[in-house]
Amino acid sequence: MAAGKGMDRRDFLSRLTAAAVGGVVWGGFVTEGKSAALVLRPPGAIPEQDFLGKCIKCGICVEACPYDTLSLAGPGTDAPTGTPLMIPRDVPCYLCTDIPCTVECPTGALEISLVSDDGGRTLDVNKTRIGLAVMDYENCIAAWGLACDACYRVCPLLDKAITIEHTRNERTGRHAVLLPKVHADVCTGCGLCERACVVEKAAIFVLPREVALGRVGNNYVKGWEEGDEGRIDGSTGPADEMDSNPLDYLNSGDLDDD
Amino acid sequence: MMTSLRNNRFLIARRLVQTAVMVLLIGGNLWGWTVLRGNLSSSIVLGVVPLADPFAVLQLLAAGGLLATDVLIGATITLVFYALLGGRVFCAWVCPMNAVTDLANRLGRRFKTGTGSRRVFGRPARYFILALALVLSAVLGVAAFEAISPIGMLQRGLVFGMGAGWFAVTAVFLFDLLIQRNGFCGHVCPLGAFYALVGRAALLRIEHDHNKCTECMDCLTVCPENQILALVGQASGSVNDGVCTNCGRCIEVCPDAALSFSHRKHAMSLESGGS
Repeated sequence: MAAGKGMDRRDFLSRLTAAAVGGVVWGGFVTEGKSAALVLRPPGAIPEQDFLGKCIKCGICVEACPYDTLSLAGPGTDAPTGTPLMIPRDVPCYLCTDIPCTVECPTGALEISLVSDDGGRTLDVNKTRIGLAVMDYENCIAAWGLACDACYRVCPLLDKAITIEHTRNERTGRHAVLLPKVHADVCTGCGLCERACVVEKAAIFVLPREVALGRVGNNYVKGWEEGDEGRIDGSTGPADEMDSNPLDYLNSGDLDDD
Repeated sequence: MMTSLRNNRFLIARRLVQTAVMVLLIGGNLWGWTVLRGNLSSSIVLGVVPLADPFAVLQLLAAGGLLATDVLIGATITLVFYALLGGRVFCAWVCPMNAVTDLANRLGRRFKTGTGSRRVFGRPARYFILALALVLSAVLGVAAFEAISPIGMLQRGLVFGMGAGWFAVTAVFLFDLLIQRNGFCGHVCPLGAFYALVGRAALLRIEHDHNKCTECMDCLTVCPENQILALVGQASGSVNDGVCTNCGRCIEVCPDAALSFSHRKHAMSLESGGS
């Protein structure tokens, strides 16, 4: 018998205010909690904002993982509480060919079609894009000229996701530098390289692709790549928004000096 | 000994069910048991039957997620089960937070705390919080209550590791103990409010026999939602309000056997109160 008869306007307004304040605080808390850009999600995860709207936090992916790679974010950590994540330096993803984490996800936050060919019929774990391995050449001892190819050797897509580039060692003048190079179009972000890196804090590490990669935009077209022009078909640019043809300017008379 | 068991038979049964559910879930994570895998948000029974928290699914749908069929089927199964049995059976028999708030409220009765003159939340507050959860989910694109739910933190924590989740559980405990008796489960929790709405037509109900009642009012003392026991001392009939959790505590404490579990009966006028 709270709301209802005995409620005057003052009472009603104070409750309305309480509800509004509560809603704002609650909303702010939730917004604050979902702004974690550096979290690595399991294989097959849809883009982060959609992921947060679909993950029900059941932990079935965590249980499905045979390597204990995944864990659920606890309250008070960077990631939204209860969502699954991996920390490759602790346990990387070993890219199971049957991808149990993705297959068992009940909500579609982990989407099978993203890690399979022909729309979900054949699983292809190499299509996994957990993130992208990024090099810090300042602290890579191979870049110093020392002999280390730990990341290259451990990569499950050996010689495809990481290749070794031979360059001249300018310091000694007589040796080679065997430089690891990551290829973003192949790298799955599994993190075996990050796990294997021999230096104290890994000089190769996985970042979410949204963080690691830039974006060219549509104004540059690779004319030497077949079909790349297709990207700008149907796109609108400033020229489409003009009222008249820019070439008409030449006939407008504005060019006359006198 | 036997009387004490008998006087707590539903309480013991509830703790056993709550513990069994959590142990099965924990076993699913730690030891690979397949009976029940996942957690209370969504799970798989014997690797076949999906179950899901229908309120969490509703929030995800409000957030705009086009969900896979597994979780929709799971939510439907759970929803139908509780709609038939008695919505808030979840609260009293499954939810692990129930043990926490029961303890807080029992201590509150013993030490006479949690009944300050000014109530923080009214009983209907939970329905507004429920509505707010859905609105915020739609606006923010995230399941809003799941993001802050102390129940979620507790049940997930039990299965996957508590972390800082103890803070939330302790907060609920202290709120119920010191600030408002039955505050969380009976006034705030939108999941309880959701199941109260779901269970409005449920079949399992508490029945009151006015002819046996001696009006000791012990049932009202222990009932976490005692506003629904208005018929006690007034008339015979079944307690049809959806907020009844079917915990059975009133039956246990009644010295006159005037209360019992029964199926739903309409209105309070089946048997007019013997005057």
